[in-house]
Amino acid sequence: MEFGPFLLLALMEGLVTAAVLALTASGLSLVFGIMRVVNVAHGAFFMLGAVLAWFTAQWVPGPPAVAFAVALIVCPLIVGAIAALADTAILKRLNYEPEATIVATIGLLYILEQAALSLFGPDARPVPAPFNIRLQLPWFGYSGYKLAVVAAAIIVLLGVWLILKHTRAGLVMRATQIDRDTARAFGINVDRVYAGVFAMGAGLAAIAAVLIVPIQQAHYLMGGDPLLLSFIVVIIGGLGSLRGTLVAALLIGLSDGVISTFFAPTLAKIIATLVVALVLVFRPQGLFGTRTT
Amino acid sequence: MNGTRALALHLGVLALLLALHFLAPSYHHTNIARIMVLAIYAMGYNIAFGYTGLLSLGHALLFGAGLYGAGLLVYHADAHATLALIAGVLAGGALAFAVGLLALRTAGVAFMIVTLMFAQAGYLTILYFGSYTRGDEGIVIPRAARMLGSLDLSDDGTRYLVALTLFAIALLCNLALVRSPFGRVMVAMRENEERSRMLGYNPFTVKLAALTVSGLYSGLSGAAYGLMFGYVGAGLASVQYSILPMLYVLLGGAGTVLGPFLGALLMFYLIDYASSVTDAHQFVTGAALVLLVLFAPKGILGTIRARAGARGAEWLP
Repeated sequence: MEFGPFLLLALMEGLVTAAVLALTASGLSLVFGIMRVVNVAHGAFFMLGAVLAWFTAQWVPGPPAVAFAVALIVCPLIVGAIAALADTAILKRLNYEPEATIVATIGLLYILEQAALSLFGPDARPVPAPFNIRLQLPWFGYSGYKLAVVAAAIIVLLGVWLILKHTRAGLVMRATQIDRDTARAFGINVDRVYAGVFAMGAGLAAIAAVLIVPIQQAHYLMGGDPLLLSFIVVIIGGLGSLRGTLVAALLIGLSDGVISTFFAPTLAKIIATLVVALVLVFRPQGLFGTRTT
Repeated sequence: MNGTRALALHLGVLALLLALHFLAPSYHHTNIARIMVLAIYAMGYNIAFGYTGLLSLGHALLFGAGLYGAGLLVYHADAHATLALIAGVLAGGALAFAVGLLALRTAGVAFMIVTLMFAQAGYLTILYFGSYTRGDEGIVIPRAARMLGSLDLSDDGTRYLVALTLFAIALLCNLALVRSPFGRVMVAMRENEERSRMLGYNPFTVKLAALTVSGLYSGLSGAAYGLMFGYVGAGLASVQYSILPMLYVLLGGAGTVLGPFLGALLMFYLIDYASSVTDAHQFVTGAALVLLVLFAPKGILGTIRARAGARGAEWLP
């Protein structure tokens, strides 16, 4: 294959990565932005979404498309419920003290991974795609499903944006983000907002996982990479800024697709982690954020 | 303040460990040697986290520096184990210093993520240079290379005594450190950085020094671990090994000299026991972290010290 088409392929793969990453990272960003909680268990919620999608595919009879549609609705709800439970039972009791919550979410990560290992097993398992359409381009064929993933991610992200900007729930969330105590004084049930936001963040990760699992198999350790990449995206985009997160996801996703196609993926990851560390040290507001104190 | 009680208690623990050399059955004998080496690592972590308030998620980088600093020298350059041990200690300290120069410009959550990222980069670097490090598969150090002078580290008895010696040095240095004026300044940084600054101490230098000492400890532990148990692998530099000392310290009691050892001992046997009844031992780690942070953030010895009031600090510095 010539260079041009090869680059196009790399960019298309990068776009799929970017779309899924944007979903996962926006969940992390939402939780950090509103609750100021760094959720290390975010990757575990992602993994849980994929594993539950596999179970759904086993239990729901009929064509794969039906099971997939069910999974797309049910899995985020279950994962969200688990997250809300974790928030109420653990994080709330810690008063959202930053360092304690990180330690607690590390514990949560271990517990969830172990649960997946015990119930789902150590093997990677495939989930069938809801449809198999091959898009024939002049140089190569491309999976129509992958393009559908990109479209679905855009729709979900638009939905999140609409909720945040144009609904009462979004207003309440933003009010809580700006000033928790004043929000409480105005009769907002902050505990419920936090549980809801934590559930929504985890649910976004679960949606991303359900979308990606027909491309990449479900495995109990699959949460590591999305967690690391989400961290990278959220930090480079500016902690807590949803717009920055989206821009960074696009940038990282596309460059990850291109770099891993042409260079060794391990080297790409080393560079990415070092960049993140240096961004945090020298430009903590992120590459696209503006400094706010 | 009279420090003889604390010294007596710590020497008593060391005497008990010496007695166990003669009394413990072989299975526990090996376990305790391993626990003592890991406890050195946890003590190093405690100097940064428990005393100075630097919650790092990247200490595996420093443990790995000691492990690979010693292991690669022995394996590729046929270096003497004694030399390799020293190199490992220095590698840990130097890397901690270098990381500290950058990471200590941040604090709190950002510090945790920066250290995590550096450790991840270090782990990936080990994998990237797989032709030297043999990546996840790791290096098995031959028996002949594990001679510390005339001491054969692959012999169970010798290994235990060497581990005990290193542990004793580390423990007594730790005790001296935290009771020294510098130790008090470390605690002052943890308690109130702004006020310490107003008293004329430079937080950056103090924290950098504490982190470097922590790195020396971690490097020593890593190097000793590699040489004593004859295995150097990337898994030992992975993120789990950053969490492990944190878990030990939280369990035993952050900011106590004996806490890291007690935490390592209990956690090691808890996981060992859990593995014998179920294969869900990761669950134990996770549940321990959550429960500790929820119900006993001071850990065992920290809680005892707080309950005992003024007498507590005399026994447990």
